[in-house]
Amino acid sequence: MDTKDLDARTYADLLSRYIETQDERALYGAEKISKSFIRKNILPEEIVNLHIQALLDIYPESRDQILPSMNFLLEAMISYGLAHQEYQMLREKQLEIKSEIQVAARMQKMLMQTEIPEIKGLDIGVISVPANQMNGDYHHFVKDKDGSISIAIADVIGKGVPAALAMSMIKYAMDSFPASRMSTSTILASLNRVVEQNVDPGMFITMFYAQYEPKTGKLHYSSAGHEPGFFFSKKKNRFIDIDAKGLVLGVNQNTTYSQSELLLEKEDMVILLTDGVTECQKDGKFIEREDIVEVIKKYMHLTSQEIVNRVYRHFERLQNFDLRDDFTLVIFKKVV
Amino acid sequence: MNSLSYVSIMKEWDIVAARQMGRELSKQIGFGTVDQARITTAISELARNIYLYAGEGQICFEAIKTLDQKGILIIAKDNGPGIKDLSQVMEDGYSTSGGLGAGLPGVRRLMDEFDIETEVGKGTKISTKKWVR
Repeated sequence: MDTKDLDARTYADLLSRYIETQDERALYGAEKISKSFIRKNILPEEIVNLHIQALLDIYPESRDQILPSMNFLLEAMISYGLAHQEYQMLREKQLEIKSEIQVAARMQKMLMQTEIPEIKGLDIGVISVPANQMNGDYHHFVKDKDGSISIAIADVIGKGVPAALAMSMIKYAMDSFPASRMSTSTILASLNRVVEQNVDPGMFITMFYAQYEPKTGKLHYSSAGHEPGFFFSKKKNRFIDIDAKGLVLGVNQNTTYSQSELLLEKEDMVILLTDGVTECQKDGKFIEREDIVEVIKKYMHLTSQEIVNRVYRHFERLQNFDLRDDFTLVIFKKVV
Repeated sequence: MNSLSYVSIMKEWDIVAARQMGRELSKQIGFGTVDQARITTAISELARNIYLYAGEGQICFEAIKTLDQKGILIIAKDNGPGIKDLSQVMEDGYSTSGGLGAGLPGVRRLMDEFDIETEVGKGTKISTKKWVR
């Protein structure tokens, strides 16, 4: 006897016992058997049919009263059965998609890996956490032959898989740039052309690009509509916005970018971020940029990596551990 | 009833006539109550598709036999607009089902065998079989 027949027998037994005793134990049995039906993918119309057969066994003389109404019920259950099967199928599909995205996220992580370079006299910290599985933020470091370091931080408007795909493209465009150093404004202008030609018109990318020369302490930078960073001057004991004008990447093929510079002195600090940081919310309202400065101040005696970790933890908690947007924060301090 | 018969679908009530003919034939062939209801629901879906999207067409029924099996063959045909994107129409959760699990994927689930031929601008022919278990 297969398990289906066994369930049928159990169902009939439970039903006749319940009709006789109206006992809670039989109802508990019904609950258990209903779970067993679900596990075995028994559809509702088949259960109604089981019920009909059991009733006919118990009340053979009432066949004419039982059958029409029960057959009516059986007919009414058919669409439920279909909807249930569709739901099962969609659930399986969803699991498949989820695991595909997991693989893609792992690949993306590998592709986008960038090591924090060792630069004498510079203490660098970085954290980048995606809101969903895939990250639409991007940061990268390159150490040039002459000892200078390039730092890029970028954000695709949007998140999830499309944003991550666009970011992979940016990374390859940057990798293909010649090894000899270009100015930050030239780099943004070239990336702008790549994005304009290859990315969906509705998708925009903001980027802040900086180069730091350890010998002179100069920081050159350009921005393509990116969230302004902060510069902390130890001497003035003050945070100021690092604002640079420039159109977001991908709007107009002929956009040009300006380049500015800052002189870093000992214990000065540069903070670069994406709007996932500034658009954190507190009690349903966006936080102010000053709020970020306050949190950084609290931890600025620590190493750069410790600062970014603590700041992230602070805002993660503020949002009830549920990020709305990809969060990237880069801090570097001049230590000598 | 002949082993080969058909119902023309032109108005909504013709769906009921098609259901009736399909149910009686499946009873004669020897299908149980549950399968009769499933076959009838499949016929409803096919007939409603004709009524909604093609305007008119036919549902044909045939009792079929192999050496060791008995079954029913249902053919739905129309000269309507045809189906442009078959894989989309056969996909679960496609809009016409609206989460009801119905539509052509529903028909395929209710029956044992399913085949569809369609040409845009010319029409659609769906053949589907179910065997007595």
